[in-house]
Amino acid sequence: MWWIPTAEAQSFMPPAATQIAENVDTLYGFLLISSLVSFVLLMGSLAYFVNKYRRKTDSDKTAYITHDYRLEFLWSFIPFVIFMICFAWGAKIYLDMRAVPEAALQIHVVAKKWDWEFIYKNGRKITSDVDDEGNKVPATMVIPVNKPAQMIMTSTKVNPADKKDRAVLHSFFVPAFRVKQDIVPGRYTQLSFTPTKEGTFWIFCTEYCGTGHSNMMGRVKVVSEQAFNDWVIGDESGGPKELSLADKGKEIYKTRACIGCHSLNGSKMTGPTWKGLYGSDRVFADGSTGKADDNYLRESVLNSNAKIVKGYQPNQMPAYQGQLTDEDVTAVIEFIKSVK
Amino acid sequence: MSEGKNYINQEAGLMSWLTSRDHKRIGLLYFYSIGFFFFIGGVLAMLIRTELFRSGNLFDPALYNRFMTYHGVIMVFFVIVPGIPAILGNIIMPLHLGARDVAFPTVNLMSWYCYVGGAILAFWSIFLGGADTGWTFYTPYSINFSGANITAALAAFVAGFSSILTGVNFVATVHKLRCPGMTMKRITLFTWSLYATAILQVLATPVVGITVLLLVMENIFGIGIFDPEMGGDPVLFQHFFWFYSHPAVYIMILPAMGIISELITTFSRKTIFGYTAIAYSSLAIAGVSFLVWGHHMFTSSQSEVAAVVFSVITMLVGVPTAIKTFNWVATLYKGSIQMQSPMLYALGFMFIFTIGGVTGIFLSTIATDIHFHDTYFVVAHFHYVMVGGTLMAIMGGAYYWFPKITGRMFSEPWARMSWVFIFVGFNVTFFPQFVLGAMGMPRRYADYLPAFESLNQISSLGSYMIGTGFLIALYTFVQGAYRGEEAGMNPWGSKTLEWTIPSPPPHENFEEIPTVTAGPYEYR
Repeated sequence: MWWIPTAEAQSFMPPAATQIAENVDTLYGFLLISSLVSFVLLMGSLAYFVNKYRRKTDSDKTAYITHDYRLEFLWSFIPFVIFMICFAWGAKIYLDMRAVPEAALQIHVVAKKWDWEFIYKNGRKITSDVDDEGNKVPATMVIPVNKPAQMIMTSTKVNPADKKDRAVLHSFFVPAFRVKQDIVPGRYTQLSFTPTKEGTFWIFCTEYCGTGHSNMMGRVKVVSEQAFNDWVIGDESGGPKELSLADKGKEIYKTRACIGCHSLNGSKMTGPTWKGLYGSDRVFADGSTGKADDNYLRESVLNSNAKIVKGYQPNQMPAYQGQLTDEDVTAVIEFIKSVK
Repeated sequence: MSEGKNYINQEAGLMSWLTSRDHKRIGLLYFYSIGFFFFIGGVLAMLIRTELFRSGNLFDPALYNRFMTYHGVIMVFFVIVPGIPAILGNIIMPLHLGARDVAFPTVNLMSWYCYVGGAILAFWSIFLGGADTGWTFYTPYSINFSGANITAALAAFVAGFSSILTGVNFVATVHKLRCPGMTMKRITLFTWSLYATAILQVLATPVVGITVLLLVMENIFGIGIFDPEMGGDPVLFQHFFWFYSHPAVYIMILPAMGIISELITTFSRKTIFGYTAIAYSSLAIAGVSFLVWGHHMFTSSQSEVAAVVFSVITMLVGVPTAIKTFNWVATLYKGSIQMQSPMLYALGFMFIFTIGGVTGIFLSTIATDIHFHDTYFVVAHFHYVMVGGTLMAIMGGAYYWFPKITGRMFSEPWARMSWVFIFVGFNVTFFPQFVLGAMGMPRRYADYLPAFESLNQISSLGSYMIGTGFLIALYTFVQGAYRGEEAGMNPWGSKTLEWTIPSPPPHENFEEIPTVTAGPYEYR
């Protein structure tokens, strides 16, 4: 296979850099072999019949065979069993892939037309850059090897003031990790992985997002834990340090009047306390229940009347839709997470 | 036929065609208009492949995105969805039933005008700046530059009515116009497949119509339905869209399967193996296809539970599809097989469709789909199914019924040559795309990393081969229609009813409505 430019010519897959990726590849290998076998069997018998039963004279008589229930049952049942194996195997790996590991390093991924931004909890923000020759250097996320990382992703507009523009769908795809998740405007989607190999891998946008879609590439650089810690602490630019996301959220808490109604010590005010709020189970006024996750908090910040916690009054809190940027909302949620 | 009148020379003049209610003439009207769109869609395909021949940009990416969008919109909504039912179904199905026409001839003509209306809207959208959303019109992107995108979506809406009207007509025709003795167990498998397709057309197409209307309402009246800024949900659009567009995939492929059943029996001169299984599997595919739309959305942020459920139901579609393939191969057993060009297309269909089918399992298996989703693997898969499948069948069917429709024979060597170019070119174009997708190349990319270049070049060369093959086929058709030898009533020795009347058939097909006493494939 001289034309395959990668070293993975046998499987055609890019290098696998997580355990999940290796599991996916094993399943892929099974699918490849079983489909190859069935293809050869089917096309082999087709070629054999076509060759053996070629028309000899114009008055050929043919056998009158209308059906054979035993044969028909077999060739319905055997594919069914194989398909069910593929399904169960694939669903198992998928559920593993979607399970959020404990104590994952959370990184906020912001997708916009047409670039990636990665924001760490300490406020460090990674964007694309330009090198000395004027070439674009894709935004490169740095994560430690063998540690789970969780992406919390949202899509925003380049200019929030532009009323006609819309934030659009994107999709976060790392071929080496075999994971992909769409990024939907107006909510958070999440994705996690645990890289097992050091190296630099491509991130592609795989949901069509317009003119610059094919240039919307980023990179994820997997380094040793030591190197990661050095990188996180060291600020290469030497400039003033960014506020951490939680600190930024605290500023908003104080300046945008959250403080008037939400306590941090567990006491009940006009609104529910933020102490221990993140991840807690909520009971709502209409009797339904839910978990206080990122999307719930986002919705409650932007439109508090959507879900009213039991024991509280509606219409007490202004809607912050259009008042806070996506990044502000993310910072507030990070602050809530930090109030344990 | 030199003696007497047939449907072609019955009346003369352009108006006699534009107002004709003869199902055969309407079929030819569709043939010319769909052929025209197929030409444009094909040229766009080669422009796409020309851009992708090298890493780097030849065209402006915004222009490329419009090529890509119109290629998809035209090929799906104006070529493959109407293709087989509107051309070959219209011309052949009433003949297969022993009927003088379809149940509602005027509605049939109206459906063609709906098609033309949709076509005009599609062209109009180009002058509004051109849509660049891809054929899926996903929100919120399609809300961005509303004019052209919404008009292109409306074009699909209007063309959808053509599809619905054809579907209604076919269901009524199958139920009401079967000739004496033609029980449901004696209709041809082509008719069965059109019947299953017609049900899908009638039930699924309105959903896409409603979806497009909601999109328009959102745009004009500012009602938040799909737009998150107005409290809408963009993923809802995907649910609506695929609720139509997944059954639409079967609207495209079921009639193709019907044609293959006709070709295999005629050219192996043998009764079909498993008539009941093939007929009912068409209905089974049609039924299950309504419940699998979520497999297009494994990465869309739908819940994990939904993904698992959609995956298992999708696997079920694989079973009736596999059954059909096995039945065709079994029909060849102990046959008397003649390798004429229609049969070459049928066998080519089996080769290509099997690859399209097994790669479908890679995509319904969730864990592997997450990697392949929206990469070139998917592009290769659906081209193998829809182009390799439907187009091979439509070409096979066109050659097969050519003598009946025109009354003349085409040149067999030229027909074979077109097959070689199309079949080989198809595999050269699309097989490398499976590998590109596995390597991780996303679809709808105007530009790509240099690592993907060599495979893209092979793929582009293949697309020019396909183009050449269709030009040869066009030559074969034109040459055959004007200079071909007279075909006679039944050049292939086939058993179905259309071969019992003159070629081309007279205006109302049967001088006397036939009475049938046996099934359609009585080769003994």
